[in-house]
Amino acid sequence: MPERAISLEHPAEPFNEEMLVRRVLAGEHELFYELIRPYERRVYAAAFAILRNEADAEDVAQEAVLKAFKHIRQFRAESRFSTWLIQITVNEARMRRRKAHANIMEPIADRQDEEGNYTPRDFADWREIPSETLERNEVRQKLAEALAELGQIYREVFVLRDMQHLSIEETAKALGISTASVKTRLLRARLMLRDLLAPGLGGAWSMTGKLSFVKGTKPW
Amino acid sequence: MVVSCEEVWREVSNYLDGEVEPGLRVAMEEHIRGCKHCTAVVEGTRNVIQLYGDERMLEVPFGFSQRLHRRLDENMPASRRNFLGWMVAAAAACLVAGTIEVARSSALHTPELRSEHARPGTGVPPRMMVVVSEDGKLFHAAGCDYIHEKTKLRTITAAEAERQGYSPCVRCMKKYLATA
Repeated sequence: MPERAISLEHPAEPFNEEMLVRRVLAGEHELFYELIRPYERRVYAAAFAILRNEADAEDVAQEAVLKAFKHIRQFRAESRFSTWLIQITVNEARMRRRKAHANIMEPIADRQDEEGNYTPRDFADWREIPSETLERNEVRQKLAEALAELGQIYREVFVLRDMQHLSIEETAKALGISTASVKTRLLRARLMLRDLLAPGLGGAWSMTGKLSFVKGTKPW
Repeated sequence: MVVSCEEVWREVSNYLDGEVEPGLRVAMEEHIRGCKHCTAVVEGTRNVIQLYGDERMLEVPFGFSQRLHRRLDENMPASRRNFLGWMVAAAAACLVAGTIEVARSSALHTPELRSEHARPGTGVPPRMMVVVSEDGKLFHAAGCDYIHEKTKLRTITAAEAERQGYSPCVRCMKKYLATA
């Protein structure tokens, strides 16, 4: 297949990552900007999931991208470039976190026995969720707050898998854990978030308006 | 197959990811249909996945991308600097080639400018008649106050003046100098 010319003026043009990597390696360093463009936000989100601080997350995101450029020779085409980039970001963020929290105990949530079954605490009905609710700042804020309440190991998995849409295998690779752990943690993360959000927002978001859920009570 | 609430909760994540085998899927669906709690758990979990999976949840601080690119620019010595270096080298090669060419014949290449400080003009009408002095560096419109050496003046076409390395006068030929 003939190589297609990459035009910096038309970034929307579909491109082949493998070819871009080869051209960056061959000295067309300008193309590295093209290569990372689709993943810039993901790099930040991954760093933020681990560091929970905007300034640190931004700095780590920059460091990770620089590192990816410096070590692009080590990129192996058997994995996707995005997975490799996120893997670097996760490692950078964890290192930063270890330095910052060297003497601080992990929150209890991080040491929970992840093998035990998680029992949903709340059965508030939460069926209708028009995606337009995301236009509202306070809704996005509530979702962000709930995410921040998760323990570290659950948040990492959830962000990579459900927000960045990595596969189970890619998430495992990026975090350096087994696919079984990804599945267990993902289940917990999703159920905990549902517990955190359903009672407060489920009724409020209902399009039908039939729900009369009152805070602090169970609907059964 | 009959499944309990606990089994549904244990498998809800895999169920929503489409990763449970067909027999279990059917059993789970049957249970969920008749169980209010499990319906709430499944629907709520589906909502969680849908909402957080939205592109709008991946917010970055304002100016993030620009700052990232700036940091890359600064730390990519092998990138832009080399690129610029290459451009400079290429331009220099053109100049050298041009000079050689001019020395050999009065060909159409841009020669080195007589003044190292002056800038070449753009869009100068080639047939416009201009005034130059033998030892000067600029070409002028006739009668320009900036013609210092009044001796040895010649009137030639602008194209010829440029070919000989004269630059536009900053006063009378101002409109042909790039404003940058």
